[in-house]
Amino acid sequence: MNTTWKIILFVLMTFVAVAGISFPIVQNPTSWYQFPIIPGLEQRAKIIFFHVPTAWLTVIAFFVSLIFGIRYLRTKNMDDDAKAYASAQIGIVFCILATVTGSIWAKFNWGTFWNWDPRETSIFILLLIYGAFFALRSAVEQEDKRATLSSVYLIISFLTVPFFIFIMPRIMVGLHPGSLEVDAATGKIVQSASPVVDFKMNANMRLVFFLSLFTFTILYFWMWILNYKSIIYKDRLKNN
Amino acid sequence: MKAWSLFKKDFHSEIRTRYAINALAMFILVTISVILFSIGTEKISEYLAGGLLWVVIFFSAMSGLSRAFVSEEERGTTLTLQLIASPGTVFSGKLLFNLILVFAMNIVIFLLYSILFDSFIIKNLGLFLLAFILGNFGIAAASTIIAAIISKAGSKGTLYPVLSFPILLPLILILLELTKFSIDGNSISDSVIELAVLMCYDVVIITASYLLFDFIWKD
Repeated sequence: MNTTWKIILFVLMTFVAVAGISFPIVQNPTSWYQFPIIPGLEQRAKIIFFHVPTAWLTVIAFFVSLIFGIRYLRTKNMDDDAKAYASAQIGIVFCILATVTGSIWAKFNWGTFWNWDPRETSIFILLLIYGAFFALRSAVEQEDKRATLSSVYLIISFLTVPFFIFIMPRIMVGLHPGSLEVDAATGKIVQSASPVVDFKMNANMRLVFFLSLFTFTILYFWMWILNYKSIIYKDRLKNN
Repeated sequence: MKAWSLFKKDFHSEIRTRYAINALAMFILVTISVILFSIGTEKISEYLAGGLLWVVIFFSAMSGLSRAFVSEEERGTTLTLQLIASPGTVFSGKLLFNLILVFAMNIVIFLLYSILFDSFIIKNLGLFLLAFILGNFGIAAASTIIAAIISKAGSKGTLYPVLSFPILLPLILILLELTKFSIDGNSISDSVIELAVLMCYDVVIITASYLLFDFIWKD
């Protein structure tokens, strides 16, 4: 990662952190730095700038792991395995962050720390997959066997991701935007009026949100590059 | 059909030793009786009874299904199998064997369960059976490929449920949903989406395991 990217990351991260935390939420936004009130969320709406990127990175890290897992199976190059492993290590950190921040927020917005909303279920399954991946890696001694088995496991477990990321939230009752809801008037289960990615945000809130996603993605790639380099060097030192 | 001969070989060796069948039968008995003891004279709700059925099925599957590949590693017959058959054949044979085992096991669990639990009443049996059959295919496919991974990882028994749970969880969640529907007595046409998801899961897992088995088997 060269200096330009580091500078971009620094500037953007500073902006996102300052904007996300300190920009006021007001009834009728007039200036560019004011966010509108979202009914039912109020000040708590600000979590979207930090919680959603962590969840997003969890999936990105998993996906990068998967790509290098597949590449390992094709090339049998141990560096690819190191890259997949490094990405999974960062992924589990962000996965825990997303779970913890979401769960604390849920206590204040929905009343309980955990209530098996479909999205909570999916982040939990991701946590389990990461956990199982590391458990499998620690169980196998031989390096190439460990790389092959964990790559295969990554691919199989990735196949279940569409089920719980895209299908479950749409066919089960939940609290996040886009899930099924129990209609208050009739008591029947209906499709929520809001689409899955629903922005009740105004333009500048959306801008900060997407900037935050982008910034966190750069941060992820930086961490990942540092991490896989250190793993590869460690392996070389051990083998010499 | 080489896969068929492989299945017959497994079947005969199972009939001779009866290792998996005995272990499974005892495991089913133990789990169901533990649940019965813990319930006591309490009257449990229908949904809870339906959910507990899948708990029994999941843990029974975890206790017996890893045998398919672990037994080959233990007896040291893996190399012979690699010589005489292609990976695809081996996988099909093992999948067939696990499929029969899962069906036998789950039918026994289901019958025992319906006799022993008063509150387990299914209003729409057709829907339940459809979900049951599709679910069994999914459980057999996922547990076969994980069993293959486990056998190469030095047959660590405790790792099996750890690795299988995330893979089986989407399946189990949908099966729970469908069991709830059939307890409520919903018609099949109301639950087409859930059944379609179940079908997708089966197809995806079977195809992927068939393709990936090559990498696990050849080392």
